[in-house]
Amino acid sequence: MSAALLIARRELYAYLRSPLGASLVAAVLLIDGLWFQTQGMSGTKFSAEVLQEFFYGASGTTMIASIVLSMRLIAEERQTGTFTLVSTSPVRDSEIVFGKFLSAYAIIVLMTALTFYMPLLILVNGKVSWGHVAVGYLGILLLGAASTAIGLFASSLARSQIVAAVIGAALLGLFVLMWLVARAAEPPLSEFFAALAIHHENFRSFQQGILELRRVAYYVVVTYFFLLAATKTLEARRWR
Amino acid sequence: MIEIEELYKYYGERRVVGPLSARIEKGEIVGLLGLNGAGKTTTLRVLACDLLPTSGSVRIGGHDVVERPHEVRGKVGYLPDRPPLYDDMTVDEYLGYAARLKRVPKNDVAKRVAEVEEMTELGDVKRQLVGTLSHGYRQRLGIAQAIVHRPELVVLDEPIGGLDPLQIVEMRGLVRGLRGEHTVIVSSHILHEISETCDRIFVIQKGEILWSGREADLSSQVEQGMRIRVTVRMAGKDGAAALERATELATAVAGVRSVEAREATEPGDGIASIEVLAESDVRDALCRALVAGDAGVLEVARLRDLETTFRALLEGGAPS
Repeated sequence: MSAALLIARRELYAYLRSPLGASLVAAVLLIDGLWFQTQGMSGTKFSAEVLQEFFYGASGTTMIASIVLSMRLIAEERQTGTFTLVSTSPVRDSEIVFGKFLSAYAIIVLMTALTFYMPLLILVNGKVSWGHVAVGYLGILLLGAASTAIGLFASSLARSQIVAAVIGAALLGLFVLMWLVARAAEPPLSEFFAALAIHHENFRSFQQGILELRRVAYYVVVTYFFLLAATKTLEARRWR
Repeated sequence: MIEIEELYKYYGERRVVGPLSARIEKGEIVGLLGLNGAGKTTTLRVLACDLLPTSGSVRIGGHDVVERPHEVRGKVGYLPDRPPLYDDMTVDEYLGYAARLKRVPKNDVAKRVAEVEEMTELGDVKRQLVGTLSHGYRQRLGIAQAIVHRPELVVLDEPIGGLDPLQIVEMRGLVRGLRGEHTVIVSSHILHEISETCDRIFVIQKGEILWSGREADLSSQVEQGMRIRVTVRMAGKDGAAALERATELATAVAGVRSVEAREATEPGDGIASIEVLAESDVRDALCRALVAGDAGVLEVARLRDLETTFRALLEGGAPS
């Protein structure tokens, strides 16, 4: 565990020293702000509707940011040769994966925390349910964890950051579009595909401020599955 | 210390290493010599536990690389052909990070980092960003990260690659300085480099050990003898007479196969140079014979054309 934290700290340091971390956070805040202003605050709406619009927009930027942040985590290090330092140190592959996940996720958490002024703005002209705010943010953070894990898995497959980003975006896109597949399928397959949809089916309840444990479990399982897949990919590479 | 038995490594269907068996004792400096693509880097990556063998066994310090990779990695320091350096960290920060990754106790990190910086002469640049270092310093830093946790085995893949002549000399000194505390394996495709630093050489070709032994044995076996140049001075004789007498004395030494005249390596009366081809190392007997024959020995040099020797070995297969 200490090795994972060590790796996470090093990666976080790299994000903060490079323009990537700051520019990505700035871009996400700008887009979230624009979305909040144009979609949430336009016209006459209930406070809960404004909040739902905000969480809807933030979920999209969180998914994109997760892929951008995670694409470099392993692929870049393999490209530059620095991955050898961790892969030949007495550190388990699971610790490498978890450490790298933690670093990208820390940026996602920071980025999400910086959007908190937007729900507060609703207080100026309306009322906010703090339960709705908390559940909505929980949803954003869970979606961010699952998307980061998918991006990290993609990064473990590729040697190039660009290829990693393409694989990550394709995988995440597949999970997003599961709701469309579900529409085209017949029951019980349609229910199965709908349950896999990372955004439409599973995020909607968080967006509405409804906490459902099975939705929480879904994101935890997706995150765990892709972190495990990334670990197994690293292990398999040693045998190739 | 290191036991390799019937090691094979395949990339898909392609055999890159194997069958390869070797035993390396604690404290030895061993050279892995081979042309590009001979399987050196793959062998070293298996020893560093970066890759796992397809079959066979590799034991380092009593631990098997497949069964106990975690323990093995703690005992090995590895410098790949491209040092794994983070350009955005300072030398101090990087070595501190490497030390922590390699399980150096937190309280000892600063002390150990200072020690390896002194050993590898990185003290002047310890607060400099890694990305701004010259190639020579980067190689030194690569070695520093490989030894920061006091590993039993240090694996260096082409450590002199891209260095200028001065840096090569410094690097040789650095590698030799590891003797004793560490067992060291160095790879290179240049025999001269390996012979300057290593106690023993493994010549590797197509993933197999073609030959192993001391560099002196390699030359004598492949060339089927040793070539020695001797320069003598004989008082009261002219050059031609000195040459004739020196040839006569050298030819009489047991083990000398042939003696040829060479242009004197220095000017002066009674000075002559000869080149002796002997079955083995007869330098001491040769000197005694010359001195006994009233010849003053000015120079004895063993002639080594190492790269020719290496090429002859690779082209001719393993010597008997």
